[in-house]
Amino acid sequence: MIKAVVIDDEPLARSIIKEYLQSHPEIELMQECNDGFEGVKAIQQHQPDLIFLDIQMPKINGFEMLELVDPAPSVIFTTAFDEYAIKAFEAHAIDYLLKPFGKERFDKAIHKWMQQKTQNKTDNKTANLLEKLPQQPDEQHRVVVKNGANIRIIPVQDIFYIEAYDDYVKIFTKDNYQLKKKTMSHFEQVLDPKEFLRVHRSFIVQLQQITKVEQSEKSTHVALLKNGAKVPLSRTGYAKLKEVLGV
Amino acid sequence: MSTSFSYPKMILTYGAWWIIWIVIQTWVLHSLGLEWSEACVDATISNVLLTLSGYTTEITSRYYNPDKQNRWFRFVWALALAIICALAINWILAQIYFDNQHYIAFLEKSLPLRFVYAFLMISFMGVISWLMRQMKEEQESKARKNDAENLLREAELSNLRQQIQPHFLFNSLNSISALVGTRPEEARKMIYQLSDFLRGTLKKDEQQVVPLSEELQHLQLYLEIEKVRFGHRLLTDINCDDESLKMKLPALLLQPIVENAIKFGLYDTIGEVTIKISAKAEDNMLSVQIENPYDSETSKPKHGTGFGLNSVQRRLYLLYARNDLLATKTQQNIFITSVKIPQSL
Repeated sequence: MIKAVVIDDEPLARSIIKEYLQSHPEIELMQECNDGFEGVKAIQQHQPDLIFLDIQMPKINGFEMLELVDPAPSVIFTTAFDEYAIKAFEAHAIDYLLKPFGKERFDKAIHKWMQQKTQNKTDNKTANLLEKLPQQPDEQHRVVVKNGANIRIIPVQDIFYIEAYDDYVKIFTKDNYQLKKKTMSHFEQVLDPKEFLRVHRSFIVQLQQITKVEQSEKSTHVALLKNGAKVPLSRTGYAKLKEVLGV
Repeated sequence: MSTSFSYPKMILTYGAWWIIWIVIQTWVLHSLGLEWSEACVDATISNVLLTLSGYTTEITSRYYNPDKQNRWFRFVWALALAIICALAINWILAQIYFDNQHYIAFLEKSLPLRFVYAFLMISFMGVISWLMRQMKEEQESKARKNDAENLLREAELSNLRQQIQPHFLFNSLNSISALVGTRPEEARKMIYQLSDFLRGTLKKDEQQVVPLSEELQHLQLYLEIEKVRFGHRLLTDINCDDESLKMKLPALLLQPIVENAIKFGLYDTIGEVTIKISAKAEDNMLSVQIENPYDSETSKPKHGTGFGLNSVQRRLYLLYARNDLLATKTQQNIFITSVKIPQSL
């Protein structure tokens, strides 16, 4: 038995997938979800083998939702019109359904997924996609994190700095931090280089939050932030910072 | 000198100019000791010849307009023409008064003066004709620039207007596809609504003004379609007074504002939402207000014309040359867009 979950904010869009699934008795539809939050819960609860996921959804979009579930499930994306996403899918050979899609196209996607599943090719695809995903214009303003059962949306301007932490990063806001399973280079790529600077192998800092740069020991420097935090600067980081600040 | 002279008016001015000079020269020559008759003939012949050279200059410059490197051409031209003129005047007058010793002597003495006079006159006419040509060219290029700007403006207006959201279109088609299997009557109804909506978007031309009632009809089609897509989540509250319904506004001006309200009020929120549209007549202006809830956590509204309302702002500016007709504000979690449309179209 294959367990599936459908996540889409339009009831009719969900109903058509449900209808098409009737001719695939080997796939059991565990739950239909109205948004990304429900999606995260349903995935944790049912551990589905396959999810049908819309991209444009309220509050958190499909990609942001996927970032919150670990391990990332196998996905067939359904979307009406998303130039950015479609480029990414093609680059990663991930199947997607363009709305409106017919029964034949749907069956083909299922068939292809089944084949890849038996060859164990579906495992890392979603994770790879998320790591390399080109940023969509809407997404640059926020980072979505999960803290236990709570999902938090952090506007990027609220980030003070980011610190590497094994496989995770700690995202520091004014008075606490959130963990997220991402790499430093990912954030270096997606955050606006005019506002965020990688000042150390393990630190990215928002330039606006810096109040002062101090010499800590002989040849090392630290940046003092508005909330009182101190961020160490590497030698190249210090040089970069001086260049950006124009001093 | 900003209006260009008509042709007969120019001939008249030109003639008057020369008659004045003939009179002046006659008087000067007489006061230098010539008889009135001699002075008059002398002045007339001199100035007729100068008139002819002026005309030749004008004709030549019509076919040859020297560029910056060849500016000296005008000078050489004036100089040569002045020499020829002075010599010709003297020769003709010498033929007429060959037996008048006193006059012949005067003629010989006055040759350098005649040359200087001819040169100044011809140069002056050259400068005038050059100035007139410059002015005409400037007027023409101004007119061309105006035409180009109008064309651009029209193109821009139609661009600003005709942005059908592909997302909306494909998702609506997807809804229809879902309805066909289970509720074919509703599917059919939605096809009609979508068709009417698309037709409404396509048929209007850029400069068209429509009554508010017609614009609202179009918006209602759009909202009905969104209601089908999102089930019972979307509620609408439309409230316009009778006078405002007859007032006019540029076709499809409100469409992007309502799309914006739907985008932030419906696409980006969870749960039931109400979109409000209200309109009233106010100081000979149509005043429309569109309200939508928004999620302050995920979308930060920018003040001024944030939220992608720039195209509406631009369109209003192109139509009315005013930047104060569109305003936005937030009240708790409600985003309010107000637009005023002057009625003297």
